[in-house]
Amino acid sequence: MSEFVEWGALGQVVLFGLLVGAGLPALFALGVRTLAGPGARGADGEVTIARKVVAYACFGAVVLAVLGAVAYIAAGGH
Amino acid sequence: MESVTEPLLLAVVVLTALAFDFTNGFHDTGNAMATSIATRALKPKQAVLLSASLNLVGAFLSLTVAATIAKGIVDAGIITLDVVLAGLVGGIVWNLVTWLFGIPSSSSHALIGGVVGAALAAAGTSGVLWSGLAAKVLIPALVAPLVAIAVGSVGTRLVMHFTRDVPEEQNDRMFRWGQIGSASLVSLAHGTNDAQKSMGIILLALIAADAVPEDSGVPFWVVLSCALAMAFGTYLGGWRVIRTLGKGLVELESRQGMAAETSSAAVILLSSHFGYSLSTTHVATGSILGSGVGKKGAAVRWSVAGRMFMAWLITVPAAALVGAAAYGLDVLVGGTAGSYVVFAVLVAVSFGIWLWSRREPVGHHNVNDEWEPETDNESIVAESVVDHDMELLTVAADGEQQPREEQR
Repeated sequence: MSEFVEWGALGQVVLFGLLVGAGLPALFALGVRTLAGPGARGADGEVTIARKVVAYACFGAVVLAVLGAVAYIAAGGH
Repeated sequence: MESVTEPLLLAVVVLTALAFDFTNGFHDTGNAMATSIATRALKPKQAVLLSASLNLVGAFLSLTVAATIAKGIVDAGIITLDVVLAGLVGGIVWNLVTWLFGIPSSSSHALIGGVVGAALAAAGTSGVLWSGLAAKVLIPALVAPLVAIAVGSVGTRLVMHFTRDVPEEQNDRMFRWGQIGSASLVSLAHGTNDAQKSMGIILLALIAADAVPEDSGVPFWVVLSCALAMAFGTYLGGWRVIRTLGKGLVELESRQGMAAETSSAAVILLSSHFGYSLSTTHVATGSILGSGVGKKGAAVRWSVAGRMFMAWLITVPAAALVGAAAYGLDVLVGGTAGSYVVFAVLVAVSFGIWLWSRREPVGHHNVNDEWEPETDNESIVAESVVDHDMELLTVAADGEQQPREEQR
């Protein structure tokens, strides 16, 4: 079978696919949880600054990854 | 390659390539937008408009077009304009037939299949590089959904775990944005990748007809017309395919949709980066299945999925059959007249398929209707006959059964 399947390339696709394709949604979910999960709102009903910072850091990382992907497409790397 | 200087023949090939480009956009809208439509992150018309715009932008984004078709799969020496034309016909017809039955299938595999068939008819079995066909087309069609199911299910599982105790309306509100972002990325990548295939074909035809020099870049009108044809196709929306992807496989909510589209974007871009190109359609379908596998208690309609896998396996042979028939017809009539006859038959067949589709229209108005087991693909034909019984129509005049006027 090895002549028909490029195992090396396929392995990399699976590995990085899991890292990016599953990791980014997970990161986004962590952001959502920090912002709206249990305990997110203090006694005054406001989300604390610290939680906001963490949440927007998560969203920011996801947005950066998307922008990186757009740059990658534009650079003809596909 | 024989030199063709007949301008009318060139026009026929260019038109057919644009028609393929159109069906490509039309057929593949669902890959990017089905989940956003199903979870109501976007209204159906907004979704196709967004996808069309991004396909248009994507077509201009990168212009590293190479004038090669089915490289490493068909002997490059036998690619004549007649073979290209017959291959395009095979691709278009298969795209339309699968659309009619609402099956997402790879447009590039359909094109490759058409060209393979035409090459077989033109040069016999020696014209096709069989190991290349197996390694680059047939096996990836099996591998792609598995990879995507794995990535999509892990992503969905993680997302579900992290957000299990977040209020549902908060989840929906935020994940819908994530969904729109990731779906946009898939549309953009599609526009860049797939519009270039048609540009490459038209460039090849222009070179073959001596309309442009051999080392020419892609003329601007080619880029523009390919981008517009694909965007227009995307905007019209292959609602049948969207419906199957969004409603037929898994009942989706926005968290799953976001995980699925991110998985699709990541696997598509990574696979081309590592030189193991996987079909956008296969990856998108796999990701959606994965988002059902990853959610505890979610029902995945494996019977619908199984039918898709079957369609993917016969995509190449079926398109090849049409491609070979088109090439045969071309040769039978002979000369440039043969190409005109092939083109005329293509127009007639396409019109026939479109007429057939009108028996049971699927549009933005009913794309999100509940998925009923009875509307499985096999029974569509039988049902459409029943639907046209005039007595039944009057009985169901104010019910859901009444075929509403499609407004596209």
